[in-house]
Amino acid sequence: MIRCPSHTPTRRQVIAAGAGFAGLMLAPSAQATPQEMEKAILAFTGGVKPKEGRVTVDIPVLLESGASVPTKVSVQSAMQGDDFVTSLAVFNEKNPQPNVAVFHFSARSGQAAVQTRIRLGDSQKIVAIAKMRDGSYYMGAIEVIVTLPACAEDA
Amino acid sequence: MAGNMGRALISLPAKAKRGAVIEIRAMIAHPMETGYRPDSQGRLAPRDIVNRFECLFEGEQVFAADLFPAMSANPYLSFTMRVDAGGELAFRWRDDSGAMAEEKRRIEVE
Repeated sequence: MIRCPSHTPTRRQVIAAGAGFAGLMLAPSAQATPQEMEKAILAFTGGVKPKEGRVTVDIPVLLESGASVPTKVSVQSAMQGDDFVTSLAVFNEKNPQPNVAVFHFSARSGQAAVQTRIRLGDSQKIVAIAKMRDGSYYMGAIEVIVTLPACAEDA
Repeated sequence: MAGNMGRALISLPAKAKRGAVIEIRAMIAHPMETGYRPDSQGRLAPRDIVNRFECLFEGEQVFAADLFPAMSANPYLSFTMRVDAGGELAFRWRDDSGAMAEEKRRIEVE
């Protein structure tokens, strides 16, 4: 057998090329990663690790299309005194950017609950982080499956 | 006011009991071009999204949102407000091109 690196590469070369190719595949669509989402979350919390709980992310678990995904985020809070949600940020793992939206509440809000429609580029985890007035952070998350990603469609 | 900013739709009750928490729904027609999508020429269409929404009651902020390309086209938001008095609500959207849209609605207490 004639060894020709360009045609019959070694296992090591295949792996290296595979990694490079995967990089190329990702470059045009520039996907965020779970690590980038983690970074974006810590940027929002100022480095504080959010506690689990109080935040609910409500999305149908199986989605036919990622172009317009009905999403409800809410926080269990009296919205009075220190038990008050000042803002609520939504993040994703696999869209081109980890940020989705940041919602800001006021004394007139009455509830910390928002419904909206978002784009999902792939099956992934959606995380919502609540910033409380007392400086603490809470988080909730949901895993969703998308069969037709948002990027495949025009709108 | 021009470009991609379209017509706004707002839904809220005309009247509410004092102290009631009402739901307000606001949507505006806008393509929310992500900046990641190739146009018909194969070039990436430049990003133009509604990046900010605000709802004010008598000039005071009730709710606001910073939006990113992961928001769907024709961004829709539903949020709540406690009604303490009657007055005027203003709804404002701003997109990347700097275009603004504003709508006003009144609410009365019963």
